[in-house]
Amino acid sequence: MKLKSIFLCLIFLGLISCKKGAVEKGKIKIDTSHITVKSYSYNELKPLLEKKNDSIYVINFWATWCAPCVKELPAFEKLNKEYASKKVTVLLVSLDFPKQVEKKLIPFIARKNVRSKVILLDDINEDVWIKAIDSSWSGAIPATIIYNKESRKFYEKTLDYETLEKELQTFLK
Amino acid sequence: MKILKSVVLLAVIGLATAFTLKTNEGGYKIGDSIDDFSLMNIDDEMVSLSDYKDAKGFIVVFTCNTCPYSIANEARIIALDKKYKKTGFPVIAINPNDPVAVPGDSFEKMKDRGQEKGFTFPYLLDVGQKIYPKFGATKTPEVYIVTQSNLKVKYIGAIDNSSRDASAVTEKYVENALDALLAGKKIEKTTTRAIGCSIKVQ
Repeated sequence: MKLKSIFLCLIFLGLISCKKGAVEKGKIKIDTSHITVKSYSYNELKPLLEKKNDSIYVINFWATWCAPCVKELPAFEKLNKEYASKKVTVLLVSLDFPKQVEKKLIPFIARKNVRSKVILLDDINEDVWIKAIDSSWSGAIPATIIYNKESRKFYEKTLDYETLEKELQTFLK
Repeated sequence: MKILKSVVLLAVIGLATAFTLKTNEGGYKIGDSIDDFSLMNIDDEMVSLSDYKDAKGFIVVFTCNTCPYSIANEARIIALDKKYKKTGFPVIAINPNDPVAVPGDSFEKMKDRGQEKGFTFPYLLDVGQKIYPKFGATKTPEVYIVTQSNLKVKYIGAIDNSSRDASAVTEKYVENALDALLAGKKIEKTTTRAIGCSIKVQ
């Protein structure tokens, strides 16, 4: 009798865990229909890198396959949220493979609930636009630009929130 | 307090090192002579450039298993070796990543990749990450063409002008540079840039 109860319990537990799995599976299936990522050539991107207004722009070059980029992304997200009222705009420029936008980039944005604006830079003339974006940029990512109408800084390195905020402060003064 | 101080100091040193390693100032420039190196190949033999008595030069490629841009360029690297080894310019591939930082770039995994893809060239591990900083390499993939007799750097940069999509290539930088060298002509573009994965350190 006792054995039977234990057995029943086990089955019950099994059912619960199965159900839980199904729910979790359901959770993974996030609706991505509202997410679109616009593709830009360098010439289309360029105006976004040299706006002359009262805002400060933080432009991060990244990709979903770039581990250090993904790691620093929450810092940019936090900055975007915390400084939105101070006219700070974060733009995430993805260098993902154009063929993987639907398969990788959009699901990533949905999964991580990325709030900053994401666009894709799809332009084969890397040799031209890497130099144009910054003469010191070797082409390695992550890379970040912070600029306003008066000044501009470029970082070819990983930035944590503390550093990012400190760098931003120099523009807020 | 003392511990805190040490931690801060370590962090500062760490940051400073990370930064130094990433900039390519101090790395080889066009016209510089590179130092030969001795690194372990995936066939468990040490490889040096001086082993290649008949080579006119080398296509040194910093690449790895895990970077999608490297993977996208893999077939192109194999094709370069196939086409130019017989002209005296073999490919020498070097993985600059720290295998602890990127387990997918371990020596064992390099062996697997070499076998799977049928690499016709040495695929060396930069053990201790001593070689790539000398070159000033910052990312994978990145190509250095050097020529004998003094191992002079003739080209630094990308394989071609479309790293993400091989079917969209309109300018083959490395091939153009090699063809110019073989014809005794001036190389038109000696340095180019492309997007790549930063080299991973611990």
